[in-house]
Amino acid sequence: MLKKFPNLAFLLILFALLSGSLLQAQQRFPKPEFDSGYVQPDPTQPEPRAMALEYFDVLVLLAVLSLASWFAVKKRSRRGLLWLSVFSLIYFGFYRDGCICSIGAIQNVALSIFDPGYAISITALLFFVLPLLFALFFGRTFCAAACPLGVIQDLIIINPVSIPSWIRKTLGFIPVIYLALAVLFAATGSDFIICRYDPFVGIFRMNGPFLMIFLGVTFLLLGMFYARPYCRVFCPYGVLMGWMSKFSRRHLTITPSECIKCKLCEGSCPFDAIEIPVDKAYRNPEVSRKNLKKFILYIVLIPVLAVTGGWIGSKSHVFMSRVHPDVYLAELMISQPELREDEENLDIQAFLESGDTFAQLVEEAGVIRDKFRIGSMVMGGFIGLALGITLMNQVVFRRREDYEPHKGDCFSCGRCMDYCPVEKDR
Amino acid sequence: MEKKDKGHSRRTFINNGVRLALGVSVVGTAAFSVKNSASGKDYVWQIDPFKCTQCGRCATECVKATSAVKCVHAYALCGYCDLCGGYLKPGAKRETGAENQLCPTAAIQRKFIEEPYFEYIIDEDLCIGCAKCVKGCSAFGNGSLHLQIRQDLCVNCNQCSIGSSCPSDAISRVKADEPYKIKGDWIKEEES
Repeated sequence: MLKKFPNLAFLLILFALLSGSLLQAQQRFPKPEFDSGYVQPDPTQPEPRAMALEYFDVLVLLAVLSLASWFAVKKRSRRGLLWLSVFSLIYFGFYRDGCICSIGAIQNVALSIFDPGYAISITALLFFVLPLLFALFFGRTFCAAACPLGVIQDLIIINPVSIPSWIRKTLGFIPVIYLALAVLFAATGSDFIICRYDPFVGIFRMNGPFLMIFLGVTFLLLGMFYARPYCRVFCPYGVLMGWMSKFSRRHLTITPSECIKCKLCEGSCPFDAIEIPVDKAYRNPEVSRKNLKKFILYIVLIPVLAVTGGWIGSKSHVFMSRVHPDVYLAELMISQPELREDEENLDIQAFLESGDTFAQLVEEAGVIRDKFRIGSMVMGGFIGLALGITLMNQVVFRRREDYEPHKGDCFSCGRCMDYCPVEKDR
Repeated sequence: MEKKDKGHSRRTFINNGVRLALGVSVVGTAAFSVKNSASGKDYVWQIDPFKCTQCGRCATECVKATSAVKCVHAYALCGYCDLCGGYLKPGAKRETGAENQLCPTAAIQRKFIEEPYFEYIIDEDLCIGCAKCVKGCSAFGNGSLHLQIRQDLCVNCNQCSIGSSCPSDAISRVKADEPYKIKGDWIKEEES
């Protein structure tokens, strides 16, 4: 009997040495037989959030999107959008802790496409698809009233400054790169960078690591003067939303009927998303000829940029692949073999304990790196292509005689509608 | 006037075409993503206790300030020892090296059952998921103490931040209707 087992310490050590993983399923100390009628309790297993509630979230999203689109396009109510956005902030942000969100769902979709072992949840998929489809028909109403990350920034805009167009356009290219990187890292199963660097989720949870909270507060402080900094300079989902919204069937309009060009709305948009009439510039033959030359140059440049991007991308694949923990570990163990002796290095110690051979690890890392070889090339090509198209768009002037929202950039917040003095035609 | 209308209708045509293409690609992506997935079930994160190497990162890497990972006691495996590595027995000496396995927050409490057996209970409000007791129990005991993600505390992040820094890849997605891998009723062979 093992009544007082301190006496048997030597036996324990012997056991520990002999048993290893073989005896893991067996017990070192036999289960006691109780005389007192004691019954072993079962470990408690608190349930996760019920599935039904997840589907309810999708319903809420659908309702919010429908209402937002109605407020923006049909009812023309800034107030309606505002209150709806407050609801979304409370529900999707503070109540649902900001997860799952449409922005992060990009990664789930990317991973599910490239990794057959990963099963995407219907909730995540619908969170990805629904806002895009709504944008295709009504513009970025999701950004206006359903996205908690957007709303939290929208509500604290105090004194937005207008930024020169070229800076805006340059900064506006960062989300494209972010999107490309996020898809690459998600598709290769390396990391979910959108979630890792989500600035506001810590605030929604009112709990989180220092860096997360710090990032969130910084964005909010900045957002008082540069309206919606995350949406305009980082949000990768905004890129997709912009594409959809640009070709949307209907879209929020500043004026309910005929624009009288009173310029009252000009300063109303905190996001510089109102386009002023370009009539005169458009008709100036000299400007127009210059633009045509540039246009042709950029058209020729697009394939060159795409190929260059792809080339740079494929050159960077070794560097990129280090984001994947297995590749990182394999490289570390090759370059610094002495670390095997380092008790402090948990990753290496855990690997050595796991029983996998080093050759296996290197082989796995090689497979992942091959994925990166293709992935980085596609990513680079995509960035190059997007850069070319962005450049091309700079010189394409559409005849515009009225004040209109820029369909790609407009968040459909509805501020401009309140400034328009034109009464609705009956 | 006629010319303007023509331009307008051409633009409408292009817009409609692009919209259709975008719509098809979004729906197509979604369909492909569903087709490629094994099932449309919801998933939660859980630790495989047999892969866990008790590195201690569960306590520090969770997005929640007190980790959603807690020590769970599989009573079915417990030897009900008088001496438990994580539990500070009153009057025990504290310079033997064994104190390194002690629970730093004194979250392990015990109840006398009958001579010589004791039941060990984890106070989950105090437990920080540091795995010190798990290390001791796995090395010198039955391994009845082990870490699990408590699903009522876990916010089910899209990507588990402990999981991405876990050195032994012990954290993975499991189906939401079987959210635990508690030792005893869940065994290693079953999974593989």
